[in-house]
Amino acid sequence: MTGIAATLPQPARGRSLWDDARRRLMRNPAAVVGIVLLAVFTVLGVVGMLNYAFPGLFGLHPVDMLYRDKVSIAPTGTHFFGTDTEGRDLFGRVLFGLGISLAVGFVATAVSLAIGVVWGATAGYVGGGVDAFMMRIVDVLYSVPFIFFVILLMVVFGANIWLIFIAIGAVEWLTMSRIVRGQTISLRQKEFVEAAKAGGASGPAIVFGHIVPNLMGPVVVFATLNVARVILLESFLSFLGLGVQEPLTSLGKLIADGANNMDTAPWMIIWPATVMFATLLCFNFVGDGLRDALDPKDR
Amino acid sequence: MLVQILRRLLIAIPTMFVIIAAAFFLMRAAPGSPFSSERQVPAEIEQRMLAAYDLDKPVGEQFVLYVTRLLQGDLGPSMKYKDKDVADIIAEGLPTSLIIGGAAISLALLVGCSLGIWAALRQNRPEDYVAMSFAVAGVCLPPLVLAPLFSLVFGVQLQWLPTAGLYRDQYTVSHLLLPVVALALPQIAIISRLIRASMIEAMRSNAIRTARAKGLPEAQVIWRHALPVAMIPVVSYLGPAISTVLTGGFVIETVFQLPGIGKQFTIAALQRDYTLVMGVVILYAAMIMFFNMMSDVMYGVLDPRARRS
Repeated sequence: MTGIAATLPQPARGRSLWDDARRRLMRNPAAVVGIVLLAVFTVLGVVGMLNYAFPGLFGLHPVDMLYRDKVSIAPTGTHFFGTDTEGRDLFGRVLFGLGISLAVGFVATAVSLAIGVVWGATAGYVGGGVDAFMMRIVDVLYSVPFIFFVILLMVVFGANIWLIFIAIGAVEWLTMSRIVRGQTISLRQKEFVEAAKAGGASGPAIVFGHIVPNLMGPVVVFATLNVARVILLESFLSFLGLGVQEPLTSLGKLIADGANNMDTAPWMIIWPATVMFATLLCFNFVGDGLRDALDPKDR
Repeated sequence: MLVQILRRLLIAIPTMFVIIAAAFFLMRAAPGSPFSSERQVPAEIEQRMLAAYDLDKPVGEQFVLYVTRLLQGDLGPSMKYKDKDVADIIAEGLPTSLIIGGAAISLALLVGCSLGIWAALRQNRPEDYVAMSFAVAGVCLPPLVLAPLFSLVFGVQLQWLPTAGLYRDQYTVSHLLLPVVALALPQIAIISRLIRASMIEAMRSNAIRTARAKGLPEAQVIWRHALPVAMIPVVSYLGPAISTVLTGGFVIETVFQLPGIGKQFTIAALQRDYTLVMGVVILYAAMIMFFNMMSDVMYGVLDPRARRS
């Protein structure tokens, strides 16, 4: 018996949606370049932040060091990106700003993800009057010009980075909740949910244990593109002087500073703008790649 | 359609009230008052200044007073520009903001649609890739980055166009070109991607196969049969696009030093000009809600499937 069993072909291992998606993603050159570059940018951003916390750790110029004899100099061998009008090394500041911008993007997206997924999944799973009520709230909030309220919040409570995380996250969850709700409604009818119910799983256990893991595809795509949107929104606030404040900096703040000095020190805007452009481009490539990879219509 | 508009209006009223209340109490919660930065005046005089604007009353009562006057169409006097009403300040800035916003949206629609249709009809050919790379780059070049770079390259380096300044009623092409293009470019990118996708889908539909089988000329197939279907997502995107352009105008007005109202808002909020902040919030909220509603109504007109649900 054992001999026969050994000669039988092993059952083919099923390929999950994520295996398929990874395979397709890896075949998309733009997405692969985007992922690699984003990894590099993230490391550089972390280096920039560590360089702020422990000045000189990587042999970089400290973020706050004022080189009074080298104010507004063009890029050189020691100051790769030049210096700003205060005489601070721009390379170190761009890395630091990149780190803060990415942190704002990731944290605010995580906030919006948490609110949006819980809200949308609950509305979609419970359905009926609760669903109608919860989605009506989303509709009403959609027509609120949130940017004004973000600006007002910054003015009232003073711009600080924690408030930025929360304010932007609180703005961005609306679309997320709509996507999650739609997915939940279509998944609610599926057999595996019925099986879980038959097995005696409670409502929350079904929603968060069975439905949410299965709707992560569109959510991941949206979240990737959302990080880019949040970085933009933060830079918009920085531009108005309401984003992150000194001694912190962000790409948006560096661009805003550069815009004020662009006729005398053009490198002050060119470098942060280039880094921001490249970062946003990567998020878009990865987001589009993920969408193509996860979209079942493509198969 | 009328029912839909009425229903939207009914939702709009409480929404507007919530917006007004939130902005009002948020502004009052901010430390300081419109007069706190001014040179020291005797306490009695400050008291009289506050009283003149009803700022000495309890906040709840101020709110009731404000809403009552608002319902009569009175946005109140500005608290910083002593001789002007909020309505006057908005009336001065609005034409600039509207001209720039309107021009940007028109440009975005025109160029975005042409580019998207052109790319869709050449799907997966080199022209398509070039157009779509342009579109992806456009999404990543927000006004914030574009506006300063444009004025650096075309204004400072090449000296082709003025970098800043627009005197009232001086709406010449050379003054408006940079701000409008900077504002429109991200929208061109989004619209062209949207219409490319929907056009490709429309061209694959059975209706198009039938139209071709009937022997219609290709131009007629594209313009009469495919395009109206492909336009639907663009129409429903118009509402959000307009609000993005309106708020994006903030940055543009700041960078190019244009005398619009977007620029007033941040300054007013920082200076605690309560009534001006409220005026701008109400105006923008009303515009955004109006355009969202229009875009949804148009969507219902164009897509019969949306009408039934």
